[in-house]
Amino acid sequence: MDIAKEVLNGSRLALSRAITAVENEHDDAVDIMKKLYPHTGRAFVLGITGPPGAGKSTLTDKLAKEFRNRGKTVGIVAVDPTSPFSGGAILGDRIRMNELTLDEGVFIRSMGTRGSLGGLSRKTAEAVKIMDAFGKDVIFIETVGVGQSEVDIVSAADTTLVVLVPGLGDDIQAIKAGILEIGDVFAINKADREGADKLNIELNMMLDLDGNMNKQWRPPIKQTIAHQNEGVIELLETLEEHYEQLKSTGQLTTRRTERTKNELLNILKNEIGNYVLGKITESGQFDKLVKDVEGRMDDPYSVVNNIIKDMLK
Amino acid sequence: MSNENLKAKLAEFDAKVEKATAKFPERKNVPAKRIYTPLDIENTEYESEIGFPGSYPFTRGVQPTMYRGRFWTMRMYAGFSTAEESNKRYRYLIESGATGLSCAFDLPTQIGYDSDDDISTGEVGKVGVAIDSLADMEVLFDKIDLGKVSTSMTINAPASVLLAMYIAVAEKQGVSADQLKGTIQNDILKEYAARGTYIFPPKPSMRLITNIFEFCSKNVPNWNTISISGYHIREAGSTASQEIAFTIADGIAYAEAAIKAGLDVDAFAGRLSFFWNAHNNVLEEVAKFRASRRVWAKVMKERFGAKNPKSWMLRVHTQTAGSMLTAQQPNNNIVRVALQTAAAVMGGTQSLHTNSKDEALALPTEESVMIALRTQQIVAYESGLADVIDPLAGSYYVEALTNKIEKEAWEYIKKIDEVGGAVAAIEKGYIQKEIQDSAYQWQMDVESGAKVIVGVNKFQMEEKPVEGLLRVDAAVGEGQKQKLIAMKAKRDNVAVKASLDSLEKACQDEQENLMPYILTAVKTYATLGEICGVMRKVFGEYEAHVSL
Amino acid sequence: MEKRVRVLVAKPGLDGHDRGAKVVARALRDAGFEVIYTGLRQTPEQIAEAALQEDVNVIAMSILSGAHPHLFPKVVNLVKEKGMDDVLIIGGGVIPDSDIPALKAAGLAEVFTPGTTTSAIVEFIKANVK
Repeated sequence: MDIAKEVLNGSRLALSRAITAVENEHDDAVDIMKKLYPHTGRAFVLGITGPPGAGKSTLTDKLAKEFRNRGKTVGIVAVDPTSPFSGGAILGDRIRMNELTLDEGVFIRSMGTRGSLGGLSRKTAEAVKIMDAFGKDVIFIETVGVGQSEVDIVSAADTTLVVLVPGLGDDIQAIKAGILEIGDVFAINKADREGADKLNIELNMMLDLDGNMNKQWRPPIKQTIAHQNEGVIELLETLEEHYEQLKSTGQLTTRRTERTKNELLNILKNEIGNYVLGKITESGQFDKLVKDVEGRMDDPYSVVNNIIKDMLK
Repeated sequence: MSNENLKAKLAEFDAKVEKATAKFPERKNVPAKRIYTPLDIENTEYESEIGFPGSYPFTRGVQPTMYRGRFWTMRMYAGFSTAEESNKRYRYLIESGATGLSCAFDLPTQIGYDSDDDISTGEVGKVGVAIDSLADMEVLFDKIDLGKVSTSMTINAPASVLLAMYIAVAEKQGVSADQLKGTIQNDILKEYAARGTYIFPPKPSMRLITNIFEFCSKNVPNWNTISISGYHIREAGSTASQEIAFTIADGIAYAEAAIKAGLDVDAFAGRLSFFWNAHNNVLEEVAKFRASRRVWAKVMKERFGAKNPKSWMLRVHTQTAGSMLTAQQPNNNIVRVALQTAAAVMGGTQSLHTNSKDEALALPTEESVMIALRTQQIVAYESGLADVIDPLAGSYYVEALTNKIEKEAWEYIKKIDEVGGAVAAIEKGYIQKEIQDSAYQWQMDVESGAKVIVGVNKFQMEEKPVEGLLRVDAAVGEGQKQKLIAMKAKRDNVAVKASLDSLEKACQDEQENLMPYILTAVKTYATLGEICGVMRKVFGEYEAHVSL
Repeated sequence: MEKRVRVLVAKPGLDGHDRGAKVVARALRDAGFEVIYTGLRQTPEQIAEAALQEDVNVIAMSILSGAHPHLFPKVVNLVKEKGMDDVLIIGGGVIPDSDIPALKAAGLAEVFTPGTTTSAIVEFIKANVK
């Protein structure tokens, strides 16, 4: 079947197969993406990240239901870590979204990190594009974090929600590293737990220290109790508000231009790298060059300069 | 022999054995020490830690008479298909010498759905009897005098509804509620942690449970209002220590909830009962029973300040371990059940269900149920195991193992307290994760051969498929559906609606005790599904925490 | 190509005994598979739809209540209706030997009964997955 065409015709099976093609790097993956690309750029892409046990999946489930109540279709890409020992993974986010499974306006796809971090962020971004081309109005990327890989993954999002939870110990220090920069909106989930107010105060202080005072958008902090569906509507409206603000200030275009630039650069680097590497390994030249550098008969800088001169004239 | 002397002798003995084991390596999965001596229990104070049966801390048993007075209740868990079929099986069991009934309900009943619900398709009457309304309950106990028999019902999330039906049936027989004897399982926490037949979230579930405590303390004083169950935790794969630790932690949570609801600890604690698993390792199991009584007595006396000695007693029903029965060479299961029975009896259980040899394959046939019951009777009357009270007390090994299991249980209870109690520990997935880790370890040990299961990973043989298994006819579901439709056409539907409406209002008011409302509703023949439907609407449903 | 075998581990029906399903899920993970676990009380419709969205290679189901004659074939049919004809569907649980031929005729690739090792399940999947 022509997978891309079927995706555009609304086939859920094709949508699923297209994501597999990208994830498994099938030969037809590039072709599919080429055909779908013109139909992308319409969805509101929402990144959700936070520490394990914060209730991200439950919150995603409730937000998705609320978007559905408002007539929006929803796609969800849920990323879980792959075991470094076996290469296998338990992808368990769906379990909190079982009620969404039979809603035809929702499509949920679980992905394992599979070890290749750079590759992963590209694949999740492509899965989002496929859902976008399929016609989903809102697309969630949910990932556990926050490490550099998660930062990369959610960089495909227009708005990033960071979910925190009281009572994870000395978490506030850990949170500091990396998380403040990427959050456009913060949710303190399980807000009925002890320590919610303290977390709120500390987070507010850190956001102010972070120099947000002078920015156009000072990330708001919302309190939720996801499993009781409390605070979900307010949170959703804040997320939409952020998106509207991005649009009205022109930042959405800036962000998306930046993203397109990065994408283009990544693809370019990837392709050039593969092209050059293919050539020089084919001829056996590469092994010789490695030996030369190793033996200090040549240096890596000159070697690369020469390769480029040869190859790209 | 002085301790110093004994230590020297022991070192001598160990050296001798070490030398021998160089040639003959020891088996895996056996206790760390090869023999136990007085040194292992030198710090165990007889009076405060072991004591006498019927006295604190009840290590040796809850009654001073134990089986010298009368044997444990031989209670066979049964129920399948329709109320008519199950009623026949109950009467057969009573005629065969069973001294208590134990009702198994099908899954739709356990999860609060009627037989005509879509979700019930394929499940009606399968693992127990289908009960949709009081009409079925009347048939289930037809010609059984509820004033005489003691009935245990394995029902949890909708326990309030089934108890109300039981009270209503008794009333029709002319038996008042204060004469009723029996138990409802009513233990929702282990459903979240291990067994999976939950309906509502923890908060309203705990409310229903305390409502039952309160209602029964006034109206059904001889009823055991809860059977706090380690059985299913063990079946889910826990160790012996985890079984009693997690269950006692659940017990602490129920007691705290009841006290918070304004009940006096001594008003309800005497009606709390427990439910243990009898596993294959006989001595470990005996130690587990003994340790559990000691831990609970300390919890009740020291933590809750209970004054009545009855509140300190851990009374326990036991079932032999279903998960230890094998589909391979099923006759071997008779031997396993006999050993498990021996463990439960030497452990001092108050009642016992023995599994049948064919339960790894299907529901038991009448013949295999008979063997299982006879197993209990042989242990009681022929084996001598029930002749003296707590016969293994004083065994260096069993006393040391009792101490070890108690210590491990306290460590878990402490950890659970730190997490915020059993409810929080379950919501965070802590207890589930501990159980799953043990289950996975067990499976890996079986697969590596470190743990031997006869007929499964050693001593296998070619076998013919087993014939003559019990089958529940698929027509049961359809028949039950038709009965339900006919019943709904006959009843006073105005009264049904009125009773459900007032139940709904009562659900919304946290101060109300729901039991009287449920009792009124079942008497109008409102169905289980309708009553649970009202509660679902107000309370919502539990969303499971799964972490693998 | 970075292919991983993807397996949906599901508990159809109402029984809450998930010890087996969870042990198998972990063993499959340790064998290098990607396991999508959906928890208790899944309807055949939910299982088939989740299998489609996740584009799994294998559906592994466990039932201990005796509802397998109704539920297993229903999942097989729904999966086929959705156009997924290359999914390996296997089942396990308390299932009498005499029920197995009918289940296989209905489209189950294999039925695993009590006492099966997790490695036997892993080997079966490796040998038969498309």
